[in-house]
Amino acid sequence: MSLLELTGVTRSVRLPDDRLLEILRGVTLSVDTGEHVAVVGRSGTGKSTLLNILGLLDAPTDGEYLLEGVPIGRLSARERTRRRGRDFGFVFQQFNLLPGRTALENVAAPLMYAPGRQFWRRRALAAQMLDRVGLGDRLDTMPEKLSGGEQQRVAIARALVRGPRVILADEPTGALDVETGQEVMSLLDEIASLTGAALVTITHDLAVAARAQRHYRLADGVLVPVDLGGAGHEWVGDVPTLPGARRLPGAAGAVPGVPELGAPVPAQVEP
Amino acid sequence: MTGLVGAVVEAWDELRLHKLRVLLALIGVAAAVMAITAVTAAVQMLTQGYKEQAERDMGRQVTLSIDAWQMSEQAAPSTALDATYARALERYGITWATRDWYTSAPFRFPDGTRPTEVRAVDPQIGTMQRIDVVEGRWFTDADVDAYAPLLVVNEPFLDSLGVAGLGSRPTVLLGDATPVRATIVGVTAQRWRGESPQAIALYEQLVRWYTPSETGWGQPVPSLRVWVPPEAADELGARLQRDVAAVLPGWEVNVYDNRGAGYGALDGAARWVALGIGGFALLLGGLGLVNIALVTVRHRIREIGIRRSFGATSGRIFFGVLMESVVATVVAGLVGVVLAVAAIKNIPVDTLFGSGIQDRPPFPVFAALVGMACATGVGALAGVIPATVAVRVKVIDAIRY
Repeated sequence: MSLLELTGVTRSVRLPDDRLLEILRGVTLSVDTGEHVAVVGRSGTGKSTLLNILGLLDAPTDGEYLLEGVPIGRLSARERTRRRGRDFGFVFQQFNLLPGRTALENVAAPLMYAPGRQFWRRRALAAQMLDRVGLGDRLDTMPEKLSGGEQQRVAIARALVRGPRVILADEPTGALDVETGQEVMSLLDEIASLTGAALVTITHDLAVAARAQRHYRLADGVLVPVDLGGAGHEWVGDVPTLPGARRLPGAAGAVPGVPELGAPVPAQVEP
Repeated sequence: MTGLVGAVVEAWDELRLHKLRVLLALIGVAAAVMAITAVTAAVQMLTQGYKEQAERDMGRQVTLSIDAWQMSEQAAPSTALDATYARALERYGITWATRDWYTSAPFRFPDGTRPTEVRAVDPQIGTMQRIDVVEGRWFTDADVDAYAPLLVVNEPFLDSLGVAGLGSRPTVLLGDATPVRATIVGVTAQRWRGESPQAIALYEQLVRWYTPSETGWGQPVPSLRVWVPPEAADELGARLQRDVAAVLPGWEVNVYDNRGAGYGALDGAARWVALGIGGFALLLGGLGLVNIALVTVRHRIREIGIRRSFGATSGRIFFGVLMESVVATVVAGLVGVVLAVAAIKNIPVDTLFGSGIQDRPPFPVFAALVGMACATGVGALAGVIPATVAVRVKVIDAIRY
C-alpha cells in the first residue's frame, strides 16, 4: 500500500464565463514512504494544484486519492486538517515565513496546532530543528535579517518540525541562486532521508528535479513519467532537454510535443 | 486543552506584535469601560449621599411611625401612651425604636429666655436617622439616668448662646419658672442658612426635668418610630396600629412608613443615563476595534493560509482571531477599571455631595465586573466579523495572496 496514491484525479474549475477549465486531467501517481519524487512543468500547468491536492489543501473534482489506503473523501474536513498538520510539511517558493516572528517562533508555529507534548515543548523542538538546519545561532533573528538561503532553511525546519511523513516542496529553490538552491536541496534531501519522509518536489529546475528518484512532467494537466537521468538545465517547448528528458515509452497521457525516449530532440531552446 | 491554550498564546503573540495598532484601537474601549465603571461608582455614591440625606429626614428603610391623637375628652390619659408603646415593642421584640416628640421649651440665652424648638427622643434615633454630631457626642443609654439634662444642639443654638464650641463645657438654663441647668454634650451642623436654634433632648430627661407651664406648639404627645426589616414592615405596621389602638380607647392611631421616600428614582435614572453614555462610548470603541481588526485580517490573509497549511482548523482560526479581539479588550477593560478606581478613590466626596457620606460605599465591584463583561462582549462582537472573514478565506488563495 502506497503512502499517497492518486488514481485518475481531475481538478476543474468553472470560469466566470461558465466554461469549465480542467487544471488536472486523469492524474495517476503513487508515492511511497521515503521516496523522492519530482514533478517538472511550466508555469500554469497545474503543478501547484497537484501539490495542493496531495497536501489536502484542495480536493479532486474527480478520481480517487488514497492516503495510506484511505480515500480522503471519507475523511471529515476536521480530520483532513488534522492529517495535513500531522503528516505533511510544506516548503514554499517564497518561504512564507510569518512576518514579525523570529526564526524560532516561525519554526515553533506548526507546533501550536500539535497535541500534548509537542505543543508544550514547542520552543525546545523548534530550537533543535533550527540547529539541525545549521541555524542554531540565529534563533532570535527576524526573517528579514536572514539571507534567502537561510530563510528557506528556516522554512524547511518549520516543515519538518512536526515530523511529517511527506514533505511537499513547491519550487523550493525558485527564489534562490543556483548554488544556494543546491545547498537547500541537499539539506532537504538529507533531512528527508534521515527522517524517512517522502519528498515531493515541484520545480522548474531540472537539476533540482534530477535529485529525485522518480520524475514526472506535468503538461496541460496531464502527468507523465519522465527520466531525467543526467538532465540538463533547459527547456525545449514543454519538454526538458536531452539526453534523459524523455517521456517513458508507453507512459500514460501521451502529450503532443513530448518526445519518447530515443526520439530526436528539437534543437530550439527557450530561455 | 492545548487548543485553548494555543489560541490564547497565539492571540497574545498577535497583540504583542501589533502593540501600536492594539493600543490605538483600545483607547476607546478602555475609556468607555472607565466611564461605565467610574460613573456607576459615582452614581452609587450620589445615591448613597441622597439616601443618607433622606434617612436623616425620614429614617432608615423601613421606619414605621406610629402617631396617636386624643379624639375625645373621655379618651384614656396620655400618660398611658409610654407604657403602651413599651409593651408593643417588647411583644414584637423590636430593638430599634425611639419616641420622637417635636415640642418647644424655654431656654435662657444671653439676650433673654425664649421658647426654642426641642426634639425629645431616645438614643437609638441617632443611628436610625443618621444624626451627625460634628462636635462632642451623641447620647448613650446611660445618659437617661444622668443627674442633669443633656442636650445635643445645632450650631445656631450654640451661636445664640455666644459660645464657640464645646471646649468650655457650655450649659444652658432650661425652663421658665424653675429652670434647670442642662449640659450641652454634642453639636450638629447647621443644615441650611437661617436655620433656627434647635435642641435635642432625651425624652425621659425632658419629661423628668421640664413640665411646661402652658401648652406650647408642637405635637401633644410623642410619635413612636421603629426601624424594622422591610419584609416585616407591612405586618408589623398593622399589628402595632391594632395593638396600640386596642389599649387606648378614644385615640386615633395611625401608622405610616417611609418607603415612598423616592430616592430610588434618582438611583434608577442616573444609573440608566450613566450606562447609556458608557454603552455608547463602548459602541464607538467597539466599532473602531472592528474597523482595525478587519484591516488587520486582510493584511494577514497569507499568514492565515500558512497557518491552515500547518493544520490550523477553521474553528481554530476563527477562535484565534476572536480571541485576539477578546484578549485585547479584556486588557483594555482592566486598564479602564484601574483608571476608574484611581478616579473614584480621589473624588472629593464632601465637596461633591455637600454634607459628605457617612457610610461611603465600597468601590462598586459589580460596576467593575459589568465594565469588564461589556469590554469582553464588545471584544467578542468586534472579533466575530474579522474572524468570519478569516475563516472564509480559501487556503490555497490565501497562501498565494
